[in-house]
Amino acid sequence: MALTKVCGIETEYGIVVRGGDNNPVSASSMLINAYVAATNRERGRIGWDFEDEQPANDARGFSLDDSLAPEVETMLVNAVLTNGARYYVDHAHPEISTPEVTTAREALVWDRAAEEIVRASMEHVRTLLPDGGEIIVHKNNSDGKGNSYGCHENYLIAREVPFGRLASQITAHFVTRQVFCGAGKVGCELPGRPDDHVPYQLSQRADFFEEEIGLETTLKRPIVNTRDEPHADAQKYRRLHVIVGDANMSEVATYMKVATTAVVLAMIEDDALGDDWLLGNPVAAIRQVSHDPTLRQTIMLRDGSRATALEVQWGLLERARKYEQSHGLGCVGDDVAIDVLDRWEAVLGALESDPTTVAGQVDWVAKQRLVDGYAARHDLRPGSARLKAIDLQYHDLRADRCLALRAGLDTMVSSDEVTAAMTEPPTTTRAYFRGKCLAKFPDEVVAANWDSLVFDIGRDPLRRVPMMEPLRGTADHVGTLIAESQTARELLERLGQ
Amino acid sequence: MAERTQKSKTTTNRDTETTAEAAPAVTETGEKLKAELDDLLDEIDEVLETNAEDFVKSYVQKGGQ
Repeated sequence: MALTKVCGIETEYGIVVRGGDNNPVSASSMLINAYVAATNRERGRIGWDFEDEQPANDARGFSLDDSLAPEVETMLVNAVLTNGARYYVDHAHPEISTPEVTTAREALVWDRAAEEIVRASMEHVRTLLPDGGEIIVHKNNSDGKGNSYGCHENYLIAREVPFGRLASQITAHFVTRQVFCGAGKVGCELPGRPDDHVPYQLSQRADFFEEEIGLETTLKRPIVNTRDEPHADAQKYRRLHVIVGDANMSEVATYMKVATTAVVLAMIEDDALGDDWLLGNPVAAIRQVSHDPTLRQTIMLRDGSRATALEVQWGLLERARKYEQSHGLGCVGDDVAIDVLDRWEAVLGALESDPTTVAGQVDWVAKQRLVDGYAARHDLRPGSARLKAIDLQYHDLRADRCLALRAGLDTMVSSDEVTAAMTEPPTTTRAYFRGKCLAKFPDEVVAANWDSLVFDIGRDPLRRVPMMEPLRGTADHVGTLIAESQTARELLERLGQ
Repeated sequence: MAERTQKSKTTTNRDTETTAEAAPAVTETGEKLKAELDDLLDEIDEVLETNAEDFVKSYVQKGGQ
């Protein structure tokens, strides 16, 4: 049976400085430091520990460590938060990786919490800037000029699943799921094509994918990324690092992106998907689908036949219905299992008959409504700068400017739940242990990363507590232990460390 | 594939029936949606960056994954 689909979302945000030095690296550091300083329960000085990071390991069985410069820049700000998340500067962007969670619904809650942490950071940093200065952050994936930055998802997969089969079978979903989780984009950024080659497309990211499979994340981006860095017991687990998605403003879209992907991955893990939906040319197809808001054009399948993106999605859903009967959907979480397939069917049906009926759920439809309406009102040509401004401002995280907040999007989680998740970890994974230890023993935890915590409890050598099992260290396992331990030393003794 | 075709056909029949009975309601809904969009566009006129063209032009984000 498929493993519990432990997952998480990492988002790189766009950043601009107004009224100051527009250096994205220092602006990102300032933004994060302002948040860490203002929320004194978060200890920014707790360092991220890079010992176990191996971003150059390839799932196909080799390592590029000798030929690639290290991707991590350790001198940059790197904070671990009490909700179990990591808030850091990645290249020239602020990035938040949510804590590990077990369901799409939890992923949505901590992704929304990340958004609110960025909003709070913008407020805190304003007081440090000269009058009129501000740092503006966008939750999007493209600057409209050929530069992209990612919103990556991660899913836990059994190591024994052959990577080649995983890669070939998941590709159809990665190419076609954008029909309901694309964030929409005005214009085209395909190299060598004019901006008005496509007036409006489904995805922020599709133009940037040039390979079917590979290790890169910053150039020649592949639809299936092969980074083999499980942040867990490598004998038992893989972490599928998904770089192909858009950052969503719609809560329903974030939920559906993660929930349907978890279901399709579970089917592949149990070898229940089969090879009916292999694509002929995935790189061409991901662009074709993105460039066709009518959803009518067909893409080529491996066997030479053709299908629309919606037909591929209906095919995957049909398989998922059968899988639910044969295996159950327990591995994606009971509260997700109960509605994911019905929601999936409903959104595909709506997109097929009248996409405008899902403007409250699908980002590209919501944005298209604003862009087309505004163009008609002001008689603007496709590609006009004001339409691009609407695109950009849809993702602007300033509450008084954000157009997504005004677009009438449905919500799935309460603001209380989101506020709690800004400081509280999920209870269902090792993120609970990480977050609670940071909150209770901030002076003793000296370093943290995904699969270990390092304690300094006095004269002894530093103690590293390994967390190689993502589902150990939950509230059920260690909640009482942490609550009862008065000191970090006591906690470690009771853990047998 | 066969199952899916059948499914969407059923959906289409159901839609046709309701449309025939409830045409005036559909028009009302259409007008309500248009009014909502008008309000939304008014709001966009208010909150859209005044120097939208410059803002778009200066928005450059290098070094992303």
